[in-house]
Amino acid sequence: MKKNNSKLLSIIATVVMAIVSLIALFPIISMVLSSFIPSSSLMRNGISFSFPWSELTLSNYTYIFTQSAEYWTWYGNSLWISALMIVLSLFFSSMVGYALAMYDFKGSNLFFVAVVFILMVPFEILMLPLFQLMIDMMLVDTYLGVILPGIVAPVAVFFFRQYALGLPKELMDAARIDGSTEYGIFFKIMLPLMGPSLAAMAILQGLGSWNNFLWPLLVLRSNDMFTLPLGLATLLTPYGNNYDILIAGSVMTIIPIVILFLFFQRYFISGLTVGGVKG
Amino acid sequence: MNTVTNPVTPVPDRKKQNKFVRFLNSKKVVPFVFISPFVLSLLLFTVYPAIQGVMMSFQSVLPGQVEFIGMSNYERVFNPTFYRAVSNTTIYVILTVLILTIIPMVLAVILNSKHVRFRNIFRASLFIPALTSTIVGGMIFRFMFSEQDSAVANQFIGFFGFDSVKWMFSPWAAILLMVLLASWRWIGVNILYFLAALQNVPDEMYEAAQIDGATRMQRFRFITMPMLKPIIVFVSTITIINGFRMFEESYVFWAVGSPGNIGLSIAAYIYQQGIQQNDMGFGAALGVVLMLIIFVISIIYLIATGTFKKEGR
Repeated sequence: MKKNNSKLLSIIATVVMAIVSLIALFPIISMVLSSFIPSSSLMRNGISFSFPWSELTLSNYTYIFTQSAEYWTWYGNSLWISALMIVLSLFFSSMVGYALAMYDFKGSNLFFVAVVFILMVPFEILMLPLFQLMIDMMLVDTYLGVILPGIVAPVAVFFFRQYALGLPKELMDAARIDGSTEYGIFFKIMLPLMGPSLAAMAILQGLGSWNNFLWPLLVLRSNDMFTLPLGLATLLTPYGNNYDILIAGSVMTIIPIVILFLFFQRYFISGLTVGGVKG
Repeated sequence: MNTVTNPVTPVPDRKKQNKFVRFLNSKKVVPFVFISPFVLSLLLFTVYPAIQGVMMSFQSVLPGQVEFIGMSNYERVFNPTFYRAVSNTTIYVILTVLILTIIPMVLAVILNSKHVRFRNIFRASLFIPALTSTIVGGMIFRFMFSEQDSAVANQFIGFFGFDSVKWMFSPWAAILLMVLLASWRWIGVNILYFLAALQNVPDEMYEAAQIDGATRMQRFRFITMPMLKPIIVFVSTITIINGFRMFEESYVFWAVGSPGNIGLSIAAYIYQQGIQQNDMGFGAALGVVLMLIIFVISIIYLIATGTFKKEGR
């Protein structure tokens, strides 16, 4: 009797989760399917439960690969900006997190509290003065203008500090005796040990930058400087004249990320739930 | 370690090192070298703009011509459009907090039970929407919620006998669209927070309760819920803060001009006034008001949920 009961529960719970998962995946699946039908049909019917299987075609993709230089410019911009953003923000914040965890220095606690406090300042109050600053620094419509404000990553500092606290300090003493400088210890010994945390933060920063919209919207002006989200947003007109690029282009911005996710799930999860790390 | 037994003697060939290198390598200086690039960028790109933002809210900012105008930016803040933006944003926050706390909690409890199979597949599927940008997600939602009878949303409500809705052009549907988009993207992430918290609930508590004859619902109500309280507070707090900052969910559906401002958020209003109308001083004043709103509501919420009391103990 009891056994039957738990078997029934198991079936119900699994079915419920399967339905919820299908609902979550439905928009993505339907986007991928819709990229294989003519955009005029998508424009006419929207995304529909009755999928027009007879209209399947590769025309959106042939168009985007042969006719749309613009799209690939945006793709390149997004790749460049995300890569630079990852490298710079990781470099800056890993040093800080490490220093906070490994050295006792004057004001270290105060500094840490300040970092946590800055985490809470909403970007919306910084946005206009930052934009003014970019005008003054002549960085409007440049990669640097998009990247520079983003390299301050208090979340990453917080995460690296927590991670570095768990590293063995004896290694540092051993290296000192071997004549290594403090900087050598960091770059040659400790940084490699921080690998998993670097991976998680690279994903957090990379995804944030790849999907970032508001700040690039302010800074970038000309079409050939746009990142993918900005460029795709310009195609979101009610007239539907660019929907072939829009839909196939969107699929190609998300599919690489999903593939990366499937391979590096663990790092994605620790990167995106960093807010939950306890202090 | 054997190094402890050997007295640490200065290595002879280090003597050649000049004073500057030794200074840079002393333990007192090293941490400051490590934090200095970060501190510089922090001062330039966060602290300075934060102060400047407050200053600007008392100024009239035109290219090459900045003057202090006292409180007059703030006097203009409280106008009908602002109230519309605040009420839209508040409804959005209330709905997202309810949805993004309750549903992930229930799903995490189901996922965590021994009854569910394919747990990892479900977890990954629910997480995948978090990988999309709001722009791409919003684009899909525009096609699913477009006004034709043939679009998914209208087909769905049509199945229950309702007439088709022009989702992007009616007030309640506009907010619902933004809420659904945000909920779809964040449920998977919040489930992970709850799953992590559920790992900390000891099995013995459930076993003891079961022996005492507690039903499944009672165990959820009296063991799971109280044990999850800290994470409920955490998840709802970040949802409130992010909700008040909402911008992209509005932009993706209407750019900056929704009919009758049915989709205008506070942040979108800041963008509209500060950037598009080039009224930076007024935009900055809106930013300061938004920050105060977030600050006050977070504090009230944290006091009401007893978070401070717990820490004071």
